[in-house]
Amino acid sequence: MVPVSYYIVLSAVLFGLGVVAFIFKRNIITMFMAIELMLNAVNLAFVAFSRMLGQLQGQVYVFFVIVVAAAEAAVGLAIIILIARNRESLNVERVDLLKL
Amino acid sequence: MSDFLASHTFLIVSLLKVVVVLLVLLTAVAYLSWFERKVVAHIQSRWGPHRAGAHGLLQPLADGIKFLFKEDPMPAGVDRFVYFFAPALALTLAVTTIALIPFGPGTIKIFGQETVVAVSDVNIGLLILFALTSLGVYGVVLAGWSSNSKYPLLGGLRSSAQMVSYELALTLSVVGVLLLTGTFNFREIIHKQEGFAWGFLPRWNLFAWPAPQLLGFFIFFIAAIAETNRSPFDLAEAEQELVGGFHTEYASFKFAMFFLSEYANMVTVSLLASALFLGGWLSPFPDTPLWAWTQYLPTAIFGLGGLALLADALKYKTGWKRIQLTVVSLLALGLAAVCALPGAIEFVQGPFWYVAKATTFLFVYVWVRGTLPRFRYDQLMSIGWKLLFPLALLNVVATSLAILAAQR
Amino acid sequence: MTVELALFIVLAAMAVSGAVSLILQRHPIHSALSLIVVMAALAGLYLLLGAEFIAAVQIIVYAGAIMVLFVFVIMLLNAGVEERTSFSRMARYVGLPLAVVFLLQLVWWAAKVPAQAAQTTQALTSTRSLALMLFREFLLPFELTSILILIAILGAVVLAKKEPV
Repeated sequence: MVPVSYYIVLSAVLFGLGVVAFIFKRNIITMFMAIELMLNAVNLAFVAFSRMLGQLQGQVYVFFVIVVAAAEAAVGLAIIILIARNRESLNVERVDLLKL
Repeated sequence: MSDFLASHTFLIVSLLKVVVVLLVLLTAVAYLSWFERKVVAHIQSRWGPHRAGAHGLLQPLADGIKFLFKEDPMPAGVDRFVYFFAPALALTLAVTTIALIPFGPGTIKIFGQETVVAVSDVNIGLLILFALTSLGVYGVVLAGWSSNSKYPLLGGLRSSAQMVSYELALTLSVVGVLLLTGTFNFREIIHKQEGFAWGFLPRWNLFAWPAPQLLGFFIFFIAAIAETNRSPFDLAEAEQELVGGFHTEYASFKFAMFFLSEYANMVTVSLLASALFLGGWLSPFPDTPLWAWTQYLPTAIFGLGGLALLADALKYKTGWKRIQLTVVSLLALGLAAVCALPGAIEFVQGPFWYVAKATTFLFVYVWVRGTLPRFRYDQLMSIGWKLLFPLALLNVVATSLAILAAQR
Repeated sequence: MTVELALFIVLAAMAVSGAVSLILQRHPIHSALSLIVVMAALAGLYLLLGAEFIAAVQIIVYAGAIMVLFVFVIMLLNAGVEERTSFSRMARYVGLPLAVVFLLQLVWWAAKVPAQAAQTTQALTSTRSLALMLFREFLLPFELTSILILIAILGAVVLAKKEPV
């Protein structure tokens, strides 16, 4: 029997790796993928807790998180396409028109 | 060693089943290519392969040997890992889906272990099958992109956009069946289709009461043809349009992997269609003593086939082809004899009807390929989104209303 | 070493190596493929936890549709290998140790969850019970998310459309 804390630790590790990826990568699309990684880590935590408490609500929340992530990915990628067309680069450091 | 085997019989039996199913599938896929070439040729008033072995039966073997020995060039500037990975992914997914499909009712005993007549019995079999199909898009799009060339890239993008669009209609068309049966398990779905209405009409999901799934079946079949990138929806890999689409830059063995994966997908979809809509392994004849003679149909068909091949062998002039045909006819007659044995006759019924229905679907697939002209890409996408998707939604709504009305 | 623990270790190793590969790869396509590996490993973990429908939905929706969208956009924009900019040296010298500290903190707090074994009374949750809960207690969020998806589709189409010349 695998203790639930193993799953939570794995979820924390994945979330942390997602944060690290978000901070260190320069490509907009890769940063967006790091956000998806963080969402997946949170989903794992939800399902693990749902199993621990014996309730189904955790899985329903995961369902909603997946659906909302899909909607967010669609709009976010459309915006990324526009940025790439306007600035002609996918490097997030070049989108700095508002910088002082 | 022997007590390791004794305590892990489940593992050994599963491995055995996997090996058997894999071998049968790969042989079936190879001979499906022969079947397609012959049927399309006869539709076009020519003969098809008839030199490599009697009636061209050794053509798949010749093709296999050719693929092994052909030069395998790799274009410059490709992304190596993805270039190698894409065909392997396509073939793996295409072959894995067979593990979910059951071939016969009940359980059999192998080495003292009771197992189902399938590689696995999964509660959410249908859902996992759709999951694997949706991953199949990656094989195509990664192959097209990694080839570092414009025709494969365009072909790959178009083909994957087509697959994603028709996946929706495919999945929705099956929801009607799910509403009628209430489970994702294949064996349960086929069990629910047992029995005969008015004594002779089988209760298959195609004729189910209260909601016959005719529209669902129609949508499923068209969406499946589009999903497997077959004619008339094969713009993405058509020679006249895109040189070869996503598999242009692939030669010899990697091309063979794509080729095999396309045929394996066809086989999977035909098995799926016959399981969901046509009752799988259920015989179309009722189980009453009046129709008990239909149990000898497998024997009759194999026997007649064997005799016809034997008569054909006598017509051939060259000795080598005579020997081949005699061997094949003896195999067929042996199979006929096995099907008539009192122990095996019960066991043979299920898989025989299942394979017969799947073969009918494969014939229709090949027939459609040989007959209809190709769709233009925008026509293809508009059919997927503007025709099949609303019809599939309509099917879901109509089925649920019919079920509710019948429950009152 | 039960089968469950062995499977957990294999899947967890797959997930973590996919995540690390996401960070270390330079081409966005390879990062996308690593993320797909992570999602497949997570689907396996969901099956291990008994959430069969969520595992299937994860593969169908996340790995089979959202990541396909990512891959399409990467190919459409012809994203190449990441360029090295020297805009910030601080990232390498201060950021990396801080990232390690952050990870260790997360793991330490996560390990404090009481090591209560998962309840064995509920083996596999059926799709039916999940569907009943979704359509009874969570009906309003369900309808709202469907409107949300509609808005997202419309937004994406309007945003990415080429302007008429």
